[in-house]
Amino acid sequence: MPAYPERLQTLLDVFAGVTDTHERTQLLIDFARKFKDVPADVATRPFSQQHLVKFCESEAYVWAVPNADGTLKLHFAVENPSGVSAKALAAILDKALSGLPAADIARVDAEIVEKLFRQNISMGKGMGLMSMVQSVAALAKRHL
Amino acid sequence: MTAIADRGYRTPNALVSTEWVAAHANDANVRIIESNEDTLLYPMGHVPGAVHIDWTSDLNDQVRRDYIEREGFEALMSKIGATPDTTVVFYGDKSNWWACYAFWVFQLFGHTKAHVMDGGRLKWQKEGREWSTDTPSYPATSYQAPARNDSTLRILRDDVIKYQKTGGQFVDVRSPEEYAGTRMHMPEYPNEGAIRGGHIPGAKSVPWAKAINPEDGTFKTAAELTALYVDLNKIDPAKEVVAYCRIGERSSHTWFALTYLLGFEKVRNYDGSWTEWGNLVGVPIEK
Repeated sequence: MPAYPERLQTLLDVFAGVTDTHERTQLLIDFARKFKDVPADVATRPFSQQHLVKFCESEAYVWAVPNADGTLKLHFAVENPSGVSAKALAAILDKALSGLPAADIARVDAEIVEKLFRQNISMGKGMGLMSMVQSVAALAKRHL
Repeated sequence: MTAIADRGYRTPNALVSTEWVAAHANDANVRIIESNEDTLLYPMGHVPGAVHIDWTSDLNDQVRRDYIEREGFEALMSKIGATPDTTVVFYGDKSNWWACYAFWVFQLFGHTKAHVMDGGRLKWQKEGREWSTDTPSYPATSYQAPARNDSTLRILRDDVIKYQKTGGQFVDVRSPEEYAGTRMHMPEYPNEGAIRGGHIPGAKSVPWAKAINPEDGTFKTAAELTALYVDLNKIDPAKEVVAYCRIGERSSHTWFALTYLLGFEKVRNYDGSWTEWGNLVGVPIEK
């Protein structure tokens, strides 16, 4: 198992402790509700295709913007209004990884999707969500 | 979009409008059922009073690759407070793709008092209608269902093989790339396990979403659907049609359109679909 950044691991531990389907769903929805669209000073529509998450049916975009202290701030856009899972994952990634050095963010891998979503992930959504995580890691690596 | 009654459908009352659903929100004889791909959508907000049915956990057997049996259906109907006299109305995301799938499974148990809300979640949302996050609870019922009857609406592997050998009429509703075998899964979705790419020999390619208006998820008119299926793709309404996709969900949508909106005589859904045919030993494929 990779050593995830501490904040992400703490979140994963929280999800691991949630065995009730309803509770997990609510937890994910709580994150989806906290989703914040990319601010206009970072990007405006139409977004550059360079930031498009491949294979994500919800048409998600991701940005990694350097902070003054050298860490990164993640931003997301999810264009599909029904893309609740994508919004939940975006909010989780922002909470768990924003403010960390690029090297830490680059350690994230797609396995976290199953750890977070479990039974809430359909066959179809998996690839898009994993691709979102991989996009975050790839962006971080560009800042190494 | 024109009113449902003015679109020339063979069975127009298979569809109900969003207005109809809103007007029957408190009708005790009506149960609104949401069925989605994204299981987070319903708890985020649903049509007031609607219950949720999840296609994987509620409609599928959890051990065999098959649908629930009579006992499971009875338990499900009891849980949502439905009797054989209850009118059920399905809607959901992705232009009612999953709603039609649930509708189809309900027909295997003969619950014919069933409709699909035209446009599904997309149209409800675009019209700015109310969403609820309250999970309704209805008194449990005692629902007695007949044994599941697969014979008229569903076709299984051995019969598909026989039908294909006779030059049977198949509609492949997957993406053109899946049909051509250049892609092993639908765009932006994972490969879900067929060892070969292609289609059942002789199948016509008519992607399921061509039956809908993408701007609001409503079904196209009968004239437009006839132009698509009969005129353009030469599908004979008088002959049996077998629709298939990857696991039988997208093809439920096409089954619904051909059966209820165009009145094709005999349409069956091959839910084994490409994940079965593409892996079967000894059957031909075409690319």
